[in-house]
Amino acid sequence: MAKLEVEYCGVKFRNPIVTASGTFGFGYEYNEYAPLCEYGGFAAKGLTRRPRGGNAAPRIIETASGILNSVGLQNPGVEAFRDFIMPDLAEKFDTNVIANMSGNTIEEYAEMAEILSETDAAIIEMNISCPNVKHGGMAFGTNAEVVEELTREVRSRCKKPLVVKLSPNVTSVTEIAKAAEAGGADGLSLINTLMGMRIDINTRRPMLANNTGGLSGPAVKPVAIRMVHEVYSAVKIPIIGMGGVMSGADVIEFMIAGARLVALGTGLFAKPDMIFDVKRDITAYMERFNIEDINDIVGTLAMNP
Amino acid sequence: MKQTYNCELIQKDELCPGIWDFVVKAPEIAKQAQTGQFLHIACGGNTLLRRPISICDVGGKFVRFAFQIKGEGTRLLAAREVGDIIDIMGPLGHGFTANPGEKAVVIGGGIGVFPLLRLARETDSVVFLGFRNKDMVVMEDDYNEANGHVVICTDDGSYGYNGFAVAAMGEYLLENKADVIYCCGPKPMLKTVKQIAEYRKIPCQLSLEERMGCGIGACLTCVCETTDEGMAKMKQVCTCGPVFNSKEVVL
Repeated sequence: MAKLEVEYCGVKFRNPIVTASGTFGFGYEYNEYAPLCEYGGFAAKGLTRRPRGGNAAPRIIETASGILNSVGLQNPGVEAFRDFIMPDLAEKFDTNVIANMSGNTIEEYAEMAEILSETDAAIIEMNISCPNVKHGGMAFGTNAEVVEELTREVRSRCKKPLVVKLSPNVTSVTEIAKAAEAGGADGLSLINTLMGMRIDINTRRPMLANNTGGLSGPAVKPVAIRMVHEVYSAVKIPIIGMGGVMSGADVIEFMIAGARLVALGTGLFAKPDMIFDVKRDITAYMERFNIEDINDIVGTLAMNP
Repeated sequence: MKQTYNCELIQKDELCPGIWDFVVKAPEIAKQAQTGQFLHIACGGNTLLRRPISICDVGGKFVRFAFQIKGEGTRLLAAREVGDIIDIMGPLGHGFTANPGEKAVVIGGGIGVFPLLRLARETDSVVFLGFRNKDMVVMEDDYNEANGHVVICTDDGSYGYNGFAVAAMGEYLLENKADVIYCCGPKPMLKTVKQIAEYRKIPCQLSLEERMGCGIGACLTCVCETTDEGMAKMKQVCTCGPVFNSKEVVL
């Protein structure tokens, strides 16, 4: 029997499949298509210190093998998560919740980490890479010195495993990854969306109300795989890989590149119950190659000479 | 547990250039479908996102929907042949709420006429349908079969009432009372109907459209602005709608 259990930052996951923050709400909607206990865990919608209404619509547009989105972190705020959402999730579902947070200042990130430390969330994911908000977000994630300082301060005030979510919109992702590791991050997740734009040629205006948005879906997968491989080679802390996963084969590809956990995201919009197919494909792959423990494939990429 | 369904295309007709009328075999969807709900349809090819399309009618094991070719997804969908299998999620969303005994006005414009057919049939109503011109008039026979008071309007006067459907409705409401207005159509129509309904203090339900992702309320992309404040200001069209109380939304 194939062993799918994975340990990530000291937390046990029943399988290596999680979801990407922002694609999965707080889990309730997708639980109607596949029970949340089918996943190793899921990342909840990105939280901010105060509730946010988000950007104007249209917030989504399809592109070649992908989508652009610009939601702008619409969320009920970290306190509502602590007081109502997380207690309810803990009572109803047997799965690991990754709480995702975004801040405007280092102090705000640290306060949020303290608030989330009081909850039953398994892991705190710090988003320093949202391309769709004017302040904070990606501005933090593109400067190595700031990333290290931010991570150090948040780590010192956080009582849960801290995962830093990296932006692909940088010159060197390994430099940022190393800075997060130096600051004390327990893990890294990558990639967030790639900043993009689509123009309506009839009106000569951008198709998103926010003009630009984040690109996700199969279009970004090769970029994500390359970055996971580079970061895996550069740091010792474990990685959550994501970007355009549509199948079990994609999950395996991310794991070979170095991811310990792999997140589903945009693909869920097309196939809300894709978890069943993904798990079946992974098990079939393990049988075909006589792999007893899924952990044995993590980072097994052999480069061409 | 909810799921996606593989539905056989039973019948397809081109109602007018670029507007298609499909009937699929979908017993589970037909059983649950409420007026104003929608289907989230995988169009195939290289399209990644599903396309939200309103349910027009249901009968027995069959579900009928109609759509206009607007881009790659709907072009691929229109190219499907009878006998093909179409991957459909649904029924989704919050539909119209009709109360027995009420006197209703049903008003639709363009492809917005499709989701209103069952209301025209099942309520005591007067129906106003607006189209750009005579060639774009669709579903006239279906509506006449469903309801005895159907007014077809064309923007250019080439058929029926000469002018916008909202103008015909406005004239009707000068002389007649209505307990409720049901509307689906382009944004300018929704806006005007909302204004008229609020001026005349008639409850009004509007069916909105927005570019959509997951279709089940998780991704927060298909939002519309409402009169609420804070996080609830922007509400998901897919789950809080597509049908909203007119007083709830800002158009």
